Amino acid sequence: MNLPIYMDNAATTRTDPRVVEAMLPSFTETYGNPGSRNHAFGWESEKLIDKARAQAASLIGAGPKEIVWTSGATESNNLAIKGAAQMYAKAPAGSEGRGHIITAIIEHKAVLDPCKRLEREGFDVTWLEPGPDGIITAQMVKKAMRDDTILVTIMWANNEVGTINEVPEIGAACRERGIVFHTDATQWVGKMPTDVEKDNIDLLSWSGHKIYGPKGVGALYVRRRRPRVRLQAQMDGGGHERGMRSGTLNVSGIVGFGAACEICEQEMESERERLLALRLKMERELASRMDVVEINGHAERRLPHLTNISFGFVEGESLMMGIKDIACSSGSACTSASLEPSYVLKGLGLGDELAHSSLRLSLGRWTTEEEVDHAIDGIVEAVEHLRRLSPLYDLHKEGIDITTIEWQTH
Amino acid sequence: MAYSNKVIDHYQNPRNVGSFGTSNEVKDRSDVGVGIVGAPECGDVMQLQIKVGDDGRIEDAKFKCFGCGSAIASSSLATEWIKGKSVDEALEIKNTQIVEELALPPVKIHCSVLAEDSIRTAINDYKKKNGEVVDDHHHHHHDH
Repeated sequence: MNLPIYMDNAATTRTDPRVVEAMLPSFTETYGNPGSRNHAFGWESEKLIDKARAQAASLIGAGPKEIVWTSGATESNNLAIKGAAQMYAKAPAGSEGRGHIITAIIEHKAVLDPCKRLEREGFDVTWLEPGPDGIITAQMVKKAMRDDTILVTIMWANNEVGTINEVPEIGAACRERGIVFHTDATQWVGKMPTDVEKDNIDLLSWSGHKIYGPKGVGALYVRRRRPRVRLQAQMDGGGHERGMRSGTLNVSGIVGFGAACEICEQEMESERERLLALRLKMERELASRMDVVEINGHAERRLPHLTNISFGFVEGESLMMGIKDIACSSGSACTSASLEPSYVLKGLGLGDELAHSSLRLSLGRWTTEEEVDHAIDGIVEAVEHLRRLSPLYDLHKEGIDITTIEWQTH
Repeated sequence: MAYSNKVIDHYQNPRNVGSFGTSNEVKDRSDVGVGIVGAPECGDVMQLQIKVGDDGRIEDAKFKCFGCGSAIASSSLATEWIKGKSVDEALEIKNTQIVEELALPPVKIHCSVLAEDSIRTAINDYKKKNGEVVDDHHHHHHDH
């Protein structure tokens, strides 16, 4: 076993060597610009792009012409949300009442911030809050729908907790009302079966580097039929990607993205089962070897490879310091630039102190059982060390509820 | 963010961990002063207890801390520095000295502020128990 152990696959993944292998010829051999329509260099590159488009489309049950290449999920989300809002706006720029958008407070910043910008630009936004299980249901979305709702954007699986929203049902409700439905599926696609037809999706964002592909490349699925969805371009230029996203294509990245999609499609079933077994072992052992261990989010409706756990009375950053041979992330304020604890965990109704005490562990293609066992032992040891130092754990053992104490805040 | 070696050392081998009893047990002991500062929702709570001898010197100090590595190191260091000092000498300790000693980056300065606050709060508690007048509305002049 090599140390340190990587358990932060929800942040990014190691590029699969098979993907790297597939990318290499595009740097030195097939280096033409796929936009060059009048020589063989361009045609050869275009073939690579077409292959990758088919690989990406196959993974989500789409047609190749419905894939728009981007620089990553952040760009895909920006293009989908701003592009759809501007295209379907009910009033011109500069006026109020331009249309209603529904999203949720547990979305990634790459969805929240475009929605905030649209709110400043005359659109109304409803920010749904999940229940304590972390899930956004179709019922919540339906209740928020209005006559002027033009766009719903709800992530498929949450990046911090791994909870799975009712995406196919939300899609069905949108389809019924003629509302465009976008989902940020960055944590979902490649790990879980996806079919944009059955799942009623109009726009879907995902990223290469979360599925063992390279960084700097993403895709946006844009529905072409029943109904055709149109977008206002956010990047103007040479009119690439059917005018939706100008800029010379990142051929090497796109080749890697396609290869990564194909491997995910082939290995998804066995990988899901393997990772779920490892995650369940980790959760079971951590919860049985220590007291006040809370597994955050819905008990079952969660991604197989991701867990978010709060260890009561222990602060997340200090916990990460104690397990420095395990790379993971924390909802603790101290690990973020903002000094605020995770807004997602707070959105689940978790008290601030439990949000400060959380770790997110995300397993991946190369995670072994030996690594999981090592991580369990390391976390138990670090939590026990920190609880010996924790005045809050003492209070807990004395039977005092720390939320009833009047703390001197600073 | 990389931690300084001193922060790592205090994290791994914290000095003077513990207490002279629960808050209830030490509440009426006039030789013990208690300072609890911070709040769980802010991500750090420091508890400092001092035991003061008849000569007015801090004989012993114990801490507990819920917080990041820098908070743990700041409170651990505080116990080391105040032991053997008179209470008035201990009040002279400034957060900037802790920042310097532990090489804390700007985002961790609040940890040193909290450690200074815990010293002041524990000493004020001791002084009050011993009938000294304490300015509870003391304005903190932290150098950030």
